[in-house]
Amino acid sequence: MNYLLIIGITLFVVLSIAAGLIWIERRLLSVWQDRLGPNRVGPFGLFQVIADTIKLFFKEDWVPPFSDKPVFILAPGILMVTILLTFAVIPFAPDFYVFDSNIGILFFLGNSSLGVYSIVLGGWASNNKYSFIGAMRASAQMLTYEVFMGLSLMGVVMMADSFSFRAIVEAQKDCWFIIPQFFGFVVFFIAGVAETHRLPFDIPEAEGELIAGYHSEYSGMKFGMFFVGEYLGVTLISAIIATLFFGGWLGPSFLPPAFWFFLKTFFFIFVFILLRASLPRPRYDQLMSLGWKLLLPLALLNILITGAVLLFLK
Amino acid sequence: MSLEIMIVKIRIDGKYYETKLGKNLLEACLELGLNIPHFCYHPALGSVGACRLCAVKRFKDADDKKGHIIMSCMEPVTEGMIISIEDADASAIRAAVIEGVMTNHPHDCPVCDEGGECHLQDMTVMAGHNYRRFDFKKRTYKDQDLGSFINHEMNRCIQCYRCMRFYRDYVGGKDLNAFAAHNYVYFGRHENGALESEFSGNLVEVCPTGVFTDKTLKKHFTRKWDLSNAPSVCVHCSVGCNTIVSERYDSLRRIMSRYNGAVNGYFICDRGRFGYEFVNDEKRIRNPKIRINKNEKQEEVSENNLILTSLTESFSKDKKIIGIGSPRASLESNYSLLSLVGQENFYHGISKREYNLTKTALDFLRSSSVKTPSLKQIEKADVVFILGEDITNTAPMTALAVRQAVRNKPKAAATEKGIPLWNEYPIRNYTQDSKSPVFIATAIKDRLDDIAEKTFRGSNADIAGLGIAVGSLLNDEASTLKLSSNDQQELAEKIALSLKNAKHPLIITGVNCGDEEILHAALNISIALRKNNPEAMLSIALPECNSMGLAMLPGKPLDEAISIASNEIIDTLVILENDLYRRTTKESVDVLFEKSKQVIVLDHLINKTSQDVDIVIPVSTFAESEGTLINNEGRAQRYYKAINNKDEVKESWRWIGDLIKLRNNDQSIPWNNFDELVSSLVNELPAFSKLKEYMPDADFRMYNAKIPRQSLRYSGRTAMNANIAVSEQKVAEDNDSPLAFSMEGQGEQPPSSLVPFYWTPGWNSVQASNNYLDELNGSLKGGDPGIRLVESNGENKSSYFKIDSHTVDLQKNELLIVPAYSIFGSEELSSAGEAIKQRIPEPFVYLCEKDADIFEFKDNDMITIEIAKSKIELKVIIENSLKQGVAVVSVNLPGMPFIDLPASGIFSKM
Amino acid sequence: MFSILRTIWLTFLHIFHRSETVEYPEVKPYLAPRYRGRIVLTRDDEKKERCVACYLCAAACPVDCIALQAAEDDNGRRYPEFFRINFSRCIFCGFCEDACPTYAIQLIPDFEMAEYDRQNLVYEKENLLISGEGKYPGYNFYKNAGVDMGVKRKGDGLTEEKPVDVNDLMP
Repeated sequence: MNYLLIIGITLFVVLSIAAGLIWIERRLLSVWQDRLGPNRVGPFGLFQVIADTIKLFFKEDWVPPFSDKPVFILAPGILMVTILLTFAVIPFAPDFYVFDSNIGILFFLGNSSLGVYSIVLGGWASNNKYSFIGAMRASAQMLTYEVFMGLSLMGVVMMADSFSFRAIVEAQKDCWFIIPQFFGFVVFFIAGVAETHRLPFDIPEAEGELIAGYHSEYSGMKFGMFFVGEYLGVTLISAIIATLFFGGWLGPSFLPPAFWFFLKTFFFIFVFILLRASLPRPRYDQLMSLGWKLLLPLALLNILITGAVLLFLK
Repeated sequence: MSLEIMIVKIRIDGKYYETKLGKNLLEACLELGLNIPHFCYHPALGSVGACRLCAVKRFKDADDKKGHIIMSCMEPVTEGMIISIEDADASAIRAAVIEGVMTNHPHDCPVCDEGGECHLQDMTVMAGHNYRRFDFKKRTYKDQDLGSFINHEMNRCIQCYRCMRFYRDYVGGKDLNAFAAHNYVYFGRHENGALESEFSGNLVEVCPTGVFTDKTLKKHFTRKWDLSNAPSVCVHCSVGCNTIVSERYDSLRRIMSRYNGAVNGYFICDRGRFGYEFVNDEKRIRNPKIRINKNEKQEEVSENNLILTSLTESFSKDKKIIGIGSPRASLESNYSLLSLVGQENFYHGISKREYNLTKTALDFLRSSSVKTPSLKQIEKADVVFILGEDITNTAPMTALAVRQAVRNKPKAAATEKGIPLWNEYPIRNYTQDSKSPVFIATAIKDRLDDIAEKTFRGSNADIAGLGIAVGSLLNDEASTLKLSSNDQQELAEKIALSLKNAKHPLIITGVNCGDEEILHAALNISIALRKNNPEAMLSIALPECNSMGLAMLPGKPLDEAISIASNEIIDTLVILENDLYRRTTKESVDVLFEKSKQVIVLDHLINKTSQDVDIVIPVSTFAESEGTLINNEGRAQRYYKAINNKDEVKESWRWIGDLIKLRNNDQSIPWNNFDELVSSLVNELPAFSKLKEYMPDADFRMYNAKIPRQSLRYSGRTAMNANIAVSEQKVAEDNDSPLAFSMEGQGEQPPSSLVPFYWTPGWNSVQASNNYLDELNGSLKGGDPGIRLVESNGENKSSYFKIDSHTVDLQKNELLIVPAYSIFGSEELSSAGEAIKQRIPEPFVYLCEKDADIFEFKDNDMITIEIAKSKIELKVIIENSLKQGVAVVSVNLPGMPFIDLPASGIFSKM
Repeated sequence: MFSILRTIWLTFLHIFHRSETVEYPEVKPYLAPRYRGRIVLTRDDEKKERCVACYLCAAACPVDCIALQAAEDDNGRRYPEFFRINFSRCIFCGFCEDACPTYAIQLIPDFEMAEYDRQNLVYEKENLLISGEGKYPGYNFYKNAGVDMGVKRKGDGLTEEKPVDVNDLMP
């Protein structure tokens, strides 16, 4: 297939999902809170997304006079770019992917590390106390969770003997990695929530304490990019979980592989939203100690056991 | 009196406090900031122990656990006394007393003007009564019409007798009384009619509830918490009482007295309280008016620029320009005019007679070592001799101070018997009718006659003669005069003896009587007295609020400007806040106007002068500007604006600043704000150098904020202008004072000269002022505001005045005429108000019966008098206290032409 | 750890609960008579304005959105010369109703007062005054108060004795 077409379709689908998530999240949250949610604009309130987009586009795009302007403008772009780039290595179906890299996982980890720059620079450039505190919290949180996010995936890599997402999916033909790599999954899932700074780990933008953290000063479409970036992140982490631990496109063959992939992805998106609906935000020190004292040893233990078992089986 | 300064320690509710011996317990507790509810006690009126509300518990010693209830206002403070205010028994008694008081109090607060600043409300809350258990009907009364000042609503009365004690005992009024018996006691007049006393307005503040309320406020009623206030100084006479002026919706709502221990104490006179209505008058000039041609009518213009561009070339720098100042304009406004025209072209807008007399007074106060008393010191005088001046009508608060002074001798006698000064009724019982001697020498019966030991009636020459005789008896150096009549000689000897033996003798005279002889005679007496008694005092009543300030500025009298005009053409004549037709004859003013190419008037009301000139500039009144006034004792006091200027109205000095800029044809304004103006004044005229020391500058801050003019509960901020525009406008800035047009800021206890209103937690009524004082009846915390610019130099150098007595040869049909001032009417500004207008008498002439018989006049006849070729019509009133050959004619009443009195006049029937 | 999972599970179960949302404007909610909505000025049993312009509502208002000016008719009866509420500032706290000593100012169950132009949210007395008595029929302040302002003579009030005869000295 034509590369450009694939890229176009991928971008369209991914961005549509991210945008649609705005509506999905609000509706789901209201269901769990015994409300109705947005249901006025269009059928079931679906056009709320469009209304919101139009609103974002037409809002005054204000650049604070006290900010570091080039960095301020650049920051939201970094987030979008790094996340969208990662989607390039994700196989949606056996024959539908942009680029089958033999370092797919490393590419994902690298991009997600770069994504932190967006937040740190955005908060820094805003030249505002709340933004700055938010950015500092984000960098510490990301650094922490980055460490064992990578480590938790090593078990998967060892079992599939490859960094390529396609190869990993192929390796799950007999058994999804969720079973042998259960601890890896738990650590990765928690790290993923923290990496996208979604509730309950939205400490960098905690409204109650920091107004909106690193993006306090953003408005208009720049804010929109942070906003959509967050949903893109959710989609990405969900897609990676589905790919690495739940067999990606694998599934009974009466339905096309892409369907199974999206079904699994959406399941994890729902879990993300359910987490938001039910859990309160931990204190900052609790977040850090959970990372360093529990998840890091767990990830290391997982590598140790996986390695030992693999060696033993050889 | 050494007892009075002894410090004692008392224990109140377990804490130790220090206070001074000689006070009563209530007074001491209030000074310490402790809240004891009370009704009948008022610092100025003393204790009578009538209301039983100030109950506290006293313990014999530290072992006494039971204690006994006492009335704190009747208990002298003693060393080591132990009391409890919060004790349950005492609180129960206080609550029960209030409950009793409230049984008949109507359900009126929403429509009662006292509500929100009501002592009864405060005390009800403070004593803890909150539920009515009394289920029976309430007593009612019929009300009276008490004239245009005071509203009467007897149902609200709680029978505390404060009004009686104030009106009858303190100011000596006769026409308010208590009627009926037991719980039917009624306070009112014997019939409807205006209260006669000049101080009746203080009933509004003295009455702890809403029986007596301000009728002028009722017309545009506003609660205390909604008023935007500023500390001000009364502009209606030369005494300079301190006032609080209050604004709401851009109009002046009322005037209350502002405590100043050295000047007016707790009270002000009715002219000061109710004379404010001219500020809101329809006749106010709100926009500039110009007249292109002399024959055309003035037209209103709205743009500042228009007025400034319409100034013709006769205003340019090389042209002759003359400025006429005013004794009713502030010192700064007069000074700004002086800098516009230069010292050689500045004229005081007063007649030559007034100019000379005021100058004499000022020079004497500066050069002699005779004390000029404040009102507080006047209250301490033990012998008073009043020469020629009707102080009740020209300086009313001085008269009230004299009324207090007469009690000094009997009070001293009572203290010797061990009765403390605050214990009002025992003192009155002991002293009965005895008084300190007051001698009054005037042409006609005086309002103070009732407290006088001896009165003297005669022509000005007679009065001066008496004065000279007294002076010569006191000291041989003074010009001697042996009086022709034995009675008079006896009186002179009696007065001289009294003055000689007095500790604090006081001579009161004034320039309003218009007679140099009398003034000189009075000054001579004071010089003679001073030789032997350093406590000798002399008080001189001046005509207007800033007569002294104007006299201190260089300048010449108005008459000289007129004589210049009759010789040469004046290019531009600038008249500052002055109606020249009140200062000199119509002919002279007409000459002045005819010979001026261009006449500019700055004033706030349309009057004869401002009607007929080329340019009228609207300037702000005392309520809308800052300024300094210097009162008759030389005390400089500053007033601040309560109303922010609107339309084209600006302060005189600001307008004149613009004129200076225009005349000099450059862009720099000599001053941008009030502080710069004052600095410029102080630099140029060293006589005013103390001004800068006392007044806080506009950049003064308390807790980093300006002092708010508004109370914490100021309401309607987001709605009062919403009919014009729903978005709230920025709060107006005031760059000229440390006060803000705002409720924001720390308003508690600002410097005493900047207190915009009295309020402390729990005290919403005027009684809150107690918490602003060092000592009740004493000075404000941080000292009383105002600074004396004219101070005697301590050495007694002044020499006696040589008095040439001149006799006037009367023609046929001629009588000597002396002026009679009316408290309501003789002052220009207050006369424009509705309430005052109803009390202004018709122009009158007093004649004694014999003179009337000669002319065949009867009471109430309208007659004509010709004085210096001008004719006036007046109503005859027969008054037998007058000496034959003397007539007393009202002056300065609205509609009357200027007459230069004293003079002789030809009397004829109409 | 377990409690976290239990929380998530319990939240998830809310999928099967009924929604509490009332779909206004298709469904109008029930508003109690004491609901704090639009502010009105009521009249007394003689159909005259109840408001006596005492300024207590203005003082109680935490956002200072009430401004008025007292005036008097020929009988001395107090009424507001103007009475203005800036509803764009009003927070419908009802303090004004609590403060009102004459039951004049009342909050009613009506909240549908949105406007496109904020200026239209400034209500003057003509907009506020209704012709009825509102929640407290029959109450007339002047019949309870001690003043004589044309409603009753002194001594004719509900809780008053006949005026005292000042010349009477009987015990």
